[in-house]
Amino acid sequence: MIANPILVPRPEGLWCEAGRFFIDPVRAVDRALITHAHSDHARPGHAHVLATRQTLDIMAIRMGERFAAATQAAQWGEMIRIGDASVSFHPAGHVLGSAQIRIEANGQVIVVSGDYKRRADPTCAAFEPVACDVFITEATFGLPVFRHPDTRDEITKVLDVLARSPERSVVIGAYALGKAQRVIRALRDAGYDRPIHLHGSMIPLCAYYQSQGIELGDLRPATVESGRRGDFSGGVIIGTPSAIADKWSRRFPDPVVAFASGWMRIRQRAKQGGVELPLIISDHSDWDELTATISELNPQEVWVTHGREEALVRWCALHQRVARPLNLVGYEDEAE
Amino acid sequence: MHAFSRLLEALVLTPSRNGKLDLVADFFARAPDPDRGYALAAITGDLDIAAVKGATLRSLAAERVDAELFALSYDFVGDLAETIALIWPSSSTEATPPLGEVVETLSRATRPQALKLVTQWLDTMEPGDRYALVKLATGGLRMGVSARLAKQALAQFAAARGTMIAVEEIEEIWPAQTPPYRALFAWLEGRGTRPSGHALAPFRPVMLAHPLEEDALATLDLGAFQIEWKWDGIRVQAVSDGGVRRLYSRTGDDISTAFPDLVAAMDFEGALDGELLVGHFDGRALSIGSFSDLQQRLNRKSVAPALLRQYPACLRAYDLLVDGPDDVRALPLAERRIRLDRFAATLDPARFDVSPVLNAADIAALGQLRADPPHGLIEGVMLKRRDSAYLAGRPKGPWFKWKRDAMTVDAVLMYAQRGHGKRSGFYSDYTFGCWTDDPSAGGVLVPVGKAYSGFTDEELKRIDKFVRDNTVDRHGPVRVVRATADFGLVFEVAFEGLNASARHKSGVAMRFPRIARLRFDKPPHEADRLATLKQLLR
Ligand SMILES: [Zn+2]
Ligand SMILES: [Zn+2]
Repeated sequence: MIANPILVPRPEGLWCEAGRFFIDPVRAVDRALITHAHSDHARPGHAHVLATRQTLDIMAIRMGERFAAATQAAQWGEMIRIGDASVSFHPAGHVLGSAQIRIEANGQVIVVSGDYKRRADPTCAAFEPVACDVFITEATFGLPVFRHPDTRDEITKVLDVLARSPERSVVIGAYALGKAQRVIRALRDAGYDRPIHLHGSMIPLCAYYQSQGIELGDLRPATVESGRRGDFSGGVIIGTPSAIADKWSRRFPDPVVAFASGWMRIRQRAKQGGVELPLIISDHSDWDELTATISELNPQEVWVTHGREEALVRWCALHQRVARPLNLVGYEDEAE
Repeated sequence: MHAFSRLLEALVLTPSRNGKLDLVADFFARAPDPDRGYALAAITGDLDIAAVKGATLRSLAAERVDAELFALSYDFVGDLAETIALIWPSSSTEATPPLGEVVETLSRATRPQALKLVTQWLDTMEPGDRYALVKLATGGLRMGVSARLAKQALAQFAAARGTMIAVEEIEEIWPAQTPPYRALFAWLEGRGTRPSGHALAPFRPVMLAHPLEEDALATLDLGAFQIEWKWDGIRVQAVSDGGVRRLYSRTGDDISTAFPDLVAAMDFEGALDGELLVGHFDGRALSIGSFSDLQQRLNRKSVAPALLRQYPACLRAYDLLVDGPDDVRALPLAERRIRLDRFAATLDPARFDVSPVLNAADIAALGQLRADPPHGLIEGVMLKRRDSAYLAGRPKGPWFKWKRDAMTVDAVLMYAQRGHGKRSGFYSDYTFGCWTDDPSAGGVLVPVGKAYSGFTDEELKRIDKFVRDNTVDRHGPVRVVRATADFGLVFEVAFEGLNASARHKSGVAMRFPRIARLRFDKPPHEADRLATLKQLLR
C-alpha cells in the first residue's frame, strides 16, 4: 500500500490535505473540485467550486446561478496549482463536461475518474487515459454480468417497434442529464428525423447541449396542449425515469414503455420496472471497460468506489493487482 | 434461436394480453418451420428436453470466470440461468443455430454429448440466446403464456393470411398434433388440409369395473344394469381408422403383430372394446376355445400359419367406442349397445361376435348365473348400468364385476332333496360334509354346505341314481345318503368364499357353493378335513 496517500476518504468526501480541497463532496465545504454535474457528485452550497465550464454551466441550470459562492472553470489538461497540489481535468467520457481529476502532490499522482465510460459518445469528449500511481475507479456495473451491447443495436429496437406498430408511441425513460441527449443523438444518427417530444424538465438541458454544438434535431415539449393525442402516434417521447412510471406516460397513444439504462441488462429489473422495451444504454463503464481500463493504466494501486466494489477488488486480486474499496458514502447508483 | 430468444424476452416484458398475442402471432409469421413449431411447443409445455443439469452449467460457468465472481453475480442477478447466460464469456460470435436444430440435436444427444454441444453453443451465442438455451437445455423453459393464448395466436396468425379458423377448431384437433406441427401450420397458412383431429387409430383409455361388494348386493337396483359374462381372455381394444388398424391391450400396448388374423378381419371404421379369445366358427356361431387354446396365442411376437389355423383369434365385443366417424363414448350404454349390434352385424362372423346380454330376475338368479357359467373361461358376471357413458379408468358406480372365485374343496354327499320345476323329479339339492378328523381316528362328517347347481343334466341323472340307490334314512323330503370312509360320493365343490358361522355345526358357511366336478373315482376318506376348509376363512 502507498504510504501517506495524498487523498484520504472523509465523511464529506475524498480529502486532499496538500490542496485543502474535497473532490465531489457530499456536504457543503469550503473548496470543492467536481468531476461532473450529476447530483450525487455536484451539490450546492460550497464556497468555492472548481470544475469544467460545462459542468459549471449545467450546475447553474439545475441548481440556479447561485449554487456556489465562487466558481472557477478548468480547461482540459490545464495544470492548476492549489496549495501544495497541482490538479488538472481530463475528459471522462461520461456526460457533457464530465472530467477525471488528476492530482499531484508529494511526488504522487492520483486520478479520480468520477464516473466514466470508454465507448464512443458523440455528446461528450472521449475518456482520456491518464497515467497515475493510484487510479480511483467507479464500479457501478462492476460485475462480470454487465456487458453493454452496441448502442446502435439498442436504438434499432426502438425503430423496429415504430416500424411494426406505427399507431403506437415509444416513451423512453432516460436520465435527464446525459442519457436523454445521448439517446436522442443516437436516434438521429440512426436516421430518425421526426420531432422528438420531451418531458418539460429536460428541455433546458437539451437546449444547453445544442448550444454546445451537439445536434439533437427537432425537439418539442411533450405536453398534450402542444399537440393533439394523435400527433404522438409513431413518435418518440423522452421522459424522466420517474415520469415514465407514473401517469404522465399514459397521455400518449398506446405507449411502449422503454428505459435506457445499464440495469436493463437484468431481465427481472426491467420487468419489475414495468419496462416493455429495455434499452441497455449506459454512461458508465461495463465490466470489460472497467477491467480493460485498469489493465491499460496499470497503476500501482486501484481504489474502488461506488458500486460493486467487492467484485472489482476480487478481479484485481485475481490479476495480482493491489486494490481496495474506498467505502465512500453518499454516491448512489444513479438512475442510470 | 435468436428470434426465439427475443420472443421469450418480449413475452416476459409485455404486460398486456393483446401485446402477447401480437408477439406470438408475429413470430409464427416470421419464423420458418420447424422453429416456430418448437417455439409453439415451448409455449404449450409440450417441449421437455432436460439434457443438461443446471448445476453442471453453473460450475462450468464458475470455472470460466471465478467462483467468487460467479457467486457475487448470482447474488445480484437472482436467477441462475440468467446469471450463466450473462456471465458466460463468449469467444466469438457465430451465427446461432436455429431453434429447430438445437431442439432436434439435443433430443438425440446423450448426456455427455449434450453438455458438449451446449457449452459450444454458449461460447458463440449472445446473452439472450444463451438464456433461452440454458432454460431449454435444463428443462426449465417457461414462456409465461397460456396454451389457450398460443392457440388464439395461431388463429390470429391464420386470419392475417386470410384463413379464417376458429380457436375452437384448432383446439379440437390440437390433441393429435405433435411438435413441430408442420401440418398444422400448413393448414393455418392455407397450404394444407385440416389435419386429422386424432392420430390415426389412437388408443382410448379403457373403462374398468369395480368388484361388487357383497353387502351392496341387497341394495343393488339390478334392473338398471346390463348383465354380461366376464371372460378370462385378453381385454382388447380393436381400432380401425382410415386404413390404420391397431389392436391394443387394455393398458394401451399395441399387440397387433401377435394377432395378424384378427387384425386382417378388422374391416371397419371404428373402435371396439372386447375380449380376445380363440374361437372356431362352425358356420353359425363361434365356439370359444379353452384357456390352454388361448395360451397358444399369448406372448408371441409373430405367429406361424399353422398356429393361426389351429387357434384362430376372435373378438367377443363388449362395447362400441367409435362408430364410423362418431365417438360414441358419451352415449348411454343402452344406445351404444344398439349401435354395437348393428355394427357387429356387418363384421366377419368367424372373427367377431357380441357378448350376449344375460337375464337375471333377482340377485339369487344372478348368483346362479355367476356360479354356473357355461364356459370354463368365464370368471363371473359383469354388471353395467344401461345409462353409463364409457369413461376412462375405474369410475365408482357404473360398472361392477362379480367374479366367481376358484376356491374348491372335496366334500362327501350326505343328504339329498328333490328340486323344483323341471328338476322336481330328481334329487337335485345336495348337502355335503367334510371330516372333523381322519375317519380312521374317529373323525365324522359334518355338513359344510348345500348346492343345487354346477352339474350338467347328464350328471344330475347319475347323482339322482346314486341317491336313490344309497338312501339309508328319510326325514320327510330329505334322504340320508350312505357316506362312510370307504363308500360314498365325493363332490369337488367350488364356492366364492367362506364365512364363520355360529349357526352351522361346522362353524363355517359357504358363499355360492356349486358342484364343480363329480368325483366317483375318489374314496370318501380322501375328502377334505374341516380344518382345511377353516384355513380358507379370512
Ligand atoms: Zn455520473
Ligand atoms: Zn456516480
